Amino acid sequence: MSLTRRKFLGWVGAAGAGAVIGKNASASTTEHFKGYPNSFAVLHDITLCVGCRSCEAACNKVNELPPPDRPFTDLSVLNERRRTTAKAYTVVNRFQNRKSPQHPVFAKKQCNHCLEPACASACFVRAFRKTPEGPVVYDPSVCVGCRYCMVACPFGIPAYEYDNAFSPKVMKCTMCYPRVMKGQLPGCVEACPREALTFGKRKDVLEIARQRIHDNPGRYLNHIYGETEMGGASWLYISGAPYQEIGMREDLGVTPAPELTSGALSVVPMVVGLWPVLLTGIYAITQRKEKVAAEEKAAAVAEAVEKSESSARQALSDALNKAHKEALKEKDAAVQQAVKKALAEAASSKAEEAAH
Amino acid sequence: MTRNTSTNHSLLTPFNLVAGAILIIGAGITVLRFTRGLGAVTHLSNDNPWGIWIGFDLLCGVALAAGGYVTSAAVYIFGMKRYHSAVRPAILTGFLGYAMVVLALNYDVGRPWRLPYPFVVQQGTTSLLFEVGACVALYLTVLFIEFSPAALEWLGLKRARNLVTRLTMLLTIFGVVLSTLHQSSLGALYLIAPSKLHPLWYSPYLPVYFFVSSIVAGLSMVLFESTLAHHYFGDRMDAAHIEENTGVTLGFAKAASLVLAGYFTIKVIGLAMDDNWRYLTTGYGVWFLVELLGFVAFPCFLYAVGVRDKNIRLIRWTAVLTVVGIMLNRLNVSLIAFNWQLPSSERYFPSWMEIMISVFVVTIGILIYRFIVTRMPILYEHPDYPSSH
Ligand code: SF4
Ligand code: SF4
Ligand code: SF4
Repeated sequence: MSLTRRKFLGWVGAAGAGAVIGKNASASTTEHFKGYPNSFAVLHDITLCVGCRSCEAACNKVNELPPPDRPFTDLSVLNERRRTTAKAYTVVNRFQNRKSPQHPVFAKKQCNHCLEPACASACFVRAFRKTPEGPVVYDPSVCVGCRYCMVACPFGIPAYEYDNAFSPKVMKCTMCYPRVMKGQLPGCVEACPREALTFGKRKDVLEIARQRIHDNPGRYLNHIYGETEMGGASWLYISGAPYQEIGMREDLGVTPAPELTSGALSVVPMVVGLWPVLLTGIYAITQRKEKVAAEEKAAAVAEAVEKSESSARQALSDALNKAHKEALKEKDAAVQQAVKKALAEAASSKAEEAAH
Repeated sequence: MTRNTSTNHSLLTPFNLVAGAILIIGAGITVLRFTRGLGAVTHLSNDNPWGIWIGFDLLCGVALAAGGYVTSAAVYIFGMKRYHSAVRPAILTGFLGYAMVVLALNYDVGRPWRLPYPFVVQQGTTSLLFEVGACVALYLTVLFIEFSPAALEWLGLKRARNLVTRLTMLLTIFGVVLSTLHQSSLGALYLIAPSKLHPLWYSPYLPVYFFVSSIVAGLSMVLFESTLAHHYFGDRMDAAHIEENTGVTLGFAKAASLVLAGYFTIKVIGLAMDDNWRYLTTGYGVWFLVELLGFVAFPCFLYAVGVRDKNIRLIRWTAVLTVVGIMLNRLNVSLIAFNWQLPSSERYFPSWMEIMISVFVVTIGILIYRFIVTRMPILYEHPDYPSSH
């Protein structure tokens, strides 16, 4: 890369100024966030990568990571498929080349520094931040260690210090943010002997990528990986081999991660606002129903009481009538009896008289 | 208080021995976890950052603890007063369930002492996990207050108890709002990872699925717990509790059947909306159908039959089937269908120590439950406080 230090520092300043304009990175407008205008990016030209692992060694050094399990000069690690870990922010993998099997393809993997990062959107303490300069940086001083960022990242990048009991951190490429802010190139970019990595402003780097594709249509596929994937990234790739054959997913789509959850989040105020009203309404209805039911019950009881009272009165008067009638009857009977008796007496006295 | 339950003699029951062994092993693993780190006890990896402590303890735990909000909403808001005796046990198990979820989270996160950070240091409001965390923390508090009258009656603190019961309506509404939010956001957690979760389980409706199925889980857990409570703590129940139980069982079974039918319908609608029919013939498709037909449609049907025939036994077994089905769903989303594209060598399977910690946490919950129901007025009404609602 041929750029002067002063020009570089000028860029950093411009990116910072751009931040003021491009503030609405996460504001929920219908307009798609196209990235901070002056942010940086890295272009990885996969056709130039030879799998020497120089970038891995440089990354380890500038980030003061623990010594690797196998030295960086040991190329046998390329026999297995590797991913980024807590001890390696970047790894190079070798893939079979379908078109010319004697020339394998090498591809470097690290954080893609998404324009609208899934990790940052997922973190519930905002430990991740997309800087106006481009790098997505992590603040270990607030991280709780829930690892939701790792669930969220579509590229499978963040790693965790599972063996650290007291201060475990999420580990991932920083795009050498501290170096970039000092006007230095990212470690890996500086170390690459083949210039397979190009650092610059994203819009310039995109231009370079387009130019290369345009000039060598047989060498490259017409697809700049990272231009639109998951809303775009600050690490871009061009390749001759189809991306899905070299470990890069092509089914991610162009929707930025925050959009995937914005619908669910926007429901929150609705639930908070509407539920209590609805529930209180339902409560009021049940209360009212109960009140009505209670009133109806009371009315029914009253009616029943009324009814039974009147029927009782009826019964009473019936009983009285009956008693009265009975009394009359008894009286009649008694009279008749008396008459009978009297008649009988009279008859017997008559008979007695006749006998004398 | 007469504590004839805690004499030396009854301490040596098989249950206590097993529980004791679990506590000792769990304590050992706990020491290992907090001195040697997550790597020493779990099979978590960079590709599989969430294991059973999230898939089982958090997702299943919260779903199965839904009985609290479902029951209190049914009784206090929808006015099903005849189920009143079901409220306290459901609130208690809800409270303990959430407390155990929070306990398990302390094992899972890397730096548990920072769990308050998202609320006091920096708020990541774009995160669904923030919503989950905030609602769970608040709801745990609500459940604690809702549960407190039982403890206050036990302690004889009449005035405090009466004060709290006056808040019942407010707490119930607050509880329903919070539960709606976090039950659904647990599903929404996975919205951000469409590239990792199998399309048959990934859906923009995930939050709705999780919410609706939590209602089913809540109803079924109340049925299931009341079966267990009858069996083990029948002597602690008062006549009202036992009498109302049949009514509660039939009512809840009917509700569960209806909600399951709705859940089944929206699952099928989701399938059709995303046009995912073609996946049904794959291995994952068969597994999906097992879940959908065997653990949603089938229990829906069984509940309906149980209600029609007033078959309490059938209803109770159906509750078990439904609970298993909800757990299966949560495990499918979080573990089985998650990272489905990774080669099998990179897939996650829990370590025995992870499983032990989950068992340990559940055991603690059961022990606290036992401690409380054998002492406090949960399954019966305190004679000094006859139902005033
Ligand atoms: S690649 Fe992953 S870790 Fe890097 S910014 Fe994007 S989402 Fe975050
Ligand atoms: S692990 Fe840390 S950085 Fe990642 S989401 Fe959780 S709190 Fe944020
Ligand atoms: S940009 Fe820096 S941190 Fe990232 S891979 Fe390169 S050297 Fe490593």
